[in-house]
Amino acid sequence: MSNFFEKSDVSRKEAESIISDTLQKCDDGELYLENSKSESILLDDNKIKNSSYNSDLGFGFRAISDEVVAYSHSNEISKNSLKQSSENLKSTLKSVKGTYNHEIPKSNKKYYDNINPIEQKSLNEKIKILNDVNDYLRSKGDKVKQVTANFLGEQKSVEIIRSGGETLSDVRPLVRFNVSVMVEKDGRKETGVYGVGGRQSYDSYLKDENWKSVCDEALRIASVNLESKPAPAGEMKVVLGPGWPAILIHEAVGHGLEGDFNRKKTSAFHNLMGQKVASEGVTIIDDGTIDNRRGSLTIDDEGTPTEKTVLIENGILKNFMQDRLNARLMKTRSTGSGRRENYRHIVLPRMRNTMMLSGKQTQEEMIKAVDKGIFAVSFGGGQVDITSGKFVFNCTEAYEIVNGKIGSPIKGATLIGDGPSILKEVSMVGNDMMMDPGIGTCGKAGQGVPVGVAQPSILIDKMTVGGTKL
Amino acid sequence: MVKDQEFLEKKASYCLSLAKKLGATDSSVIVKNSISETVNFRNKKLDESNRSDDLGLSITTYIGKKKSSISSSNLLNDNLNILIEKCIETTKNTPEDEFNSLPDRDLFAKEVKDLNLYDETHIENNQKIDYLKKLEAAASNDKKIVNTESSFTQNKSNFVLANSEGFCDGYKTSSFTASSVTVAKDEKSMERDYEYSSKCFLKDLDDADELGNFAANQTIRKLSPKKIGSEKIAIIFDKRIAKGVLSTFASAISSSAISRGTSFLKDKVNQKIFSDKINVFDKPDMLKGLGSRNFDSEGVKTDTLKLVDQGILKHYLIDTYNGKKLNLKSNGRCGGTSNLYFENGNINFKDLLNSHSKSLYITETIGHGSNIVTGDYSVGATGFLIENGEFKYPINEITIAGNFKDMFQNITLANDLEFKYATNSPTMLIEGMVVAGK
Repeated sequence: MSNFFEKSDVSRKEAESIISDTLQKCDDGELYLENSKSESILLDDNKIKNSSYNSDLGFGFRAISDEVVAYSHSNEISKNSLKQSSENLKSTLKSVKGTYNHEIPKSNKKYYDNINPIEQKSLNEKIKILNDVNDYLRSKGDKVKQVTANFLGEQKSVEIIRSGGETLSDVRPLVRFNVSVMVEKDGRKETGVYGVGGRQSYDSYLKDENWKSVCDEALRIASVNLESKPAPAGEMKVVLGPGWPAILIHEAVGHGLEGDFNRKKTSAFHNLMGQKVASEGVTIIDDGTIDNRRGSLTIDDEGTPTEKTVLIENGILKNFMQDRLNARLMKTRSTGSGRRENYRHIVLPRMRNTMMLSGKQTQEEMIKAVDKGIFAVSFGGGQVDITSGKFVFNCTEAYEIVNGKIGSPIKGATLIGDGPSILKEVSMVGNDMMMDPGIGTCGKAGQGVPVGVAQPSILIDKMTVGGTKL
Repeated sequence: MVKDQEFLEKKASYCLSLAKKLGATDSSVIVKNSISETVNFRNKKLDESNRSDDLGLSITTYIGKKKSSISSSNLLNDNLNILIEKCIETTKNTPEDEFNSLPDRDLFAKEVKDLNLYDETHIENNQKIDYLKKLEAAASNDKKIVNTESSFTQNKSNFVLANSEGFCDGYKTSSFTASSVTVAKDEKSMERDYEYSSKCFLKDLDDADELGNFAANQTIRKLSPKKIGSEKIAIIFDKRIAKGVLSTFASAISSSAISRGTSFLKDKVNQKIFSDKINVFDKPDMLKGLGSRNFDSEGVKTDTLKLVDQGILKHYLIDTYNGKKLNLKSNGRCGGTSNLYFENGNINFKDLLNSHSKSLYITETIGHGSNIVTGDYSVGATGFLIENGEFKYPINEITIAGNFKDMFQNITLANDLEFKYATNSPTMLIEGMVVAGK
């Protein structure tokens, strides 16, 4: 754990007294301290293109009165800078008369080990794997024209000091290993991307030459795309494969179920609590408690232990995801979903690992049930307009389905749907739930946080596919 | 107050001399301080105030043809000593790359012109609040508006870029940004839209009433949208969407995409990639320009480039590393374009709307559907159906798709260019794209 006051001219005691003094008439607030170390090592175009290391230290001081949030951050942990932040907060919240809420749940559970993944593998070992990746993929034939591979690792230590001196802390490891390959045939170029990661050491993901399977998957996707035909345009049935395609769930309903948009009534879901928003058999949870997953957290960025939150149970909307602010204003409790990218940002209710649970059908049954449609296996990013409820995501590997059989691969296309109604179009839920490989980052209000998704294969009866073939 | 030049230069030279002492044959460093103060309103009440003070540094060290870099927000000398030592260690262990080097000496910017990028004016939070009150009053005039959020940010930044070849320069910049996001509702639908204004000088910022009114009107007209059928149709991109076509173009001509062979515009210099009348400029020395700069992020001078002349691609965007790989000189585009724009076309906005009996006017796209390797494009879209030059009704839940290679050849531009962002385009019509709907 970092001792944030060791090299500072302000002692822990003095800091605590500034915090308590600033927050005494506020409803909530805290000092959030963060020390992060991260690295990036990149191989591209046959060479180690970049090896960089970042060390970031700073605090964010937050005071909340009723609905108003005052925030001030700095990367200088000093008496002067804390006092200046305190003055800033006080000047925004001039005549407040709140009562500080000291209540915060406790838990001893931990969902990852206190390790520094950067130090657990030497630079030379990392460089060797990257070079091996390059040689391995380029040995697969002349069609491989470009290989990019990288290691991203970080260790983030956070400490939350609340009014009265209550302190909560967490040390979070995070790694990611990515491979991207470009292939060319008859003048046509296509890329394939794959990666793995989570809150463990690099070796947990790469042992026994597991990096080869990451390479194979990236190359497989690229090769499939070389043979792809233009995608169809219009409404049709869509079968989604298990795992990563669950970013559909993340975009279509996840964001719309975040507390802030519902308190502000700007989400298309704000008046649907307790109502049927999905087909029977559809259950969706957001879970921060799965060991070592990319979206898991021991405590959130307000100090609340994370949990497994049921969002939709058998088609019925049950809960929103809440941070402390929105929970208080909506008269409910925090679900441990308060997150921020780093100390520069305010806390927002965010997803962790968002999952649709398994049903009973098989993927085969789904394919057989489609006369004309597409089978989408892998995706790039997605986006949602939470107010209109419309969301999109981009296929990176998909096939046409004709008369119950999988046909040719089709070019990348955007799929668009309507969040509040799409889950009612789900007519089959598979028995093959799978987690994603640990590569997701979710963006909201300019803040990126690591997340996970999971789902079984599903059949959606009607969705618009944004291809070019009419 | 943002840190002054003297403070930043002192930190920079400390790093350069330490790197040299520890064995770097070359090094470069950038030290930057940025202070932002934001006030947010929601439904006519104060919602959030936010002050951020960011000081940071990043250093790249070279030992011969080996290179590595570090960055940190902790500028205490104790910490810098540890980090630079680590950086040198990593550099030694990183394989050589023959193209690694600082820019050629004769390419460094020699004079730093005053481009009018810094406004001393400080706007206090209570003045920001007055502006936002006015803005939100205007934005919530109409009963259909059920939620308003607005924001005012003042940013002041200063930086110094220095390297072991003796380059050392930097300057202050400022920006004042106001935005309004509104939600409108009727029996059938709920829609959101926005407007914002960002300027180097406070006095140039849009009027609060205008901004609020504009956002509200944009939102209300989207209510009760319809979904249309799938067809091939002429697409008109509103200016705020049209600029995205230029951004994709810029990514596709970046020297890194070209040298890696991952761009659909590789080997297209001196070839016709746009329709005849299209000219594209990147002009770094515009006074008060949101993308203006005196030199790029390596210190290389930046001249105005006519990237596309009568439809013909004339230049890539070149930095030092990829330039050496491609055997081309850097044209000062490390870090991308500056003020990038399409020159005006010769048809006015009304005539553009009238040019087809039926077309789609797109005001928003969602998704990341631009593939610069293949040129394929497919995104979700929101907009309006245009018939005989008239806005008929709003449309959503559709996608539009095509390939940039074809789209570029089928662009017609209106003559309504404004310099509102760093990248700007007049209203744009593209023929031959496919809409997927019902």
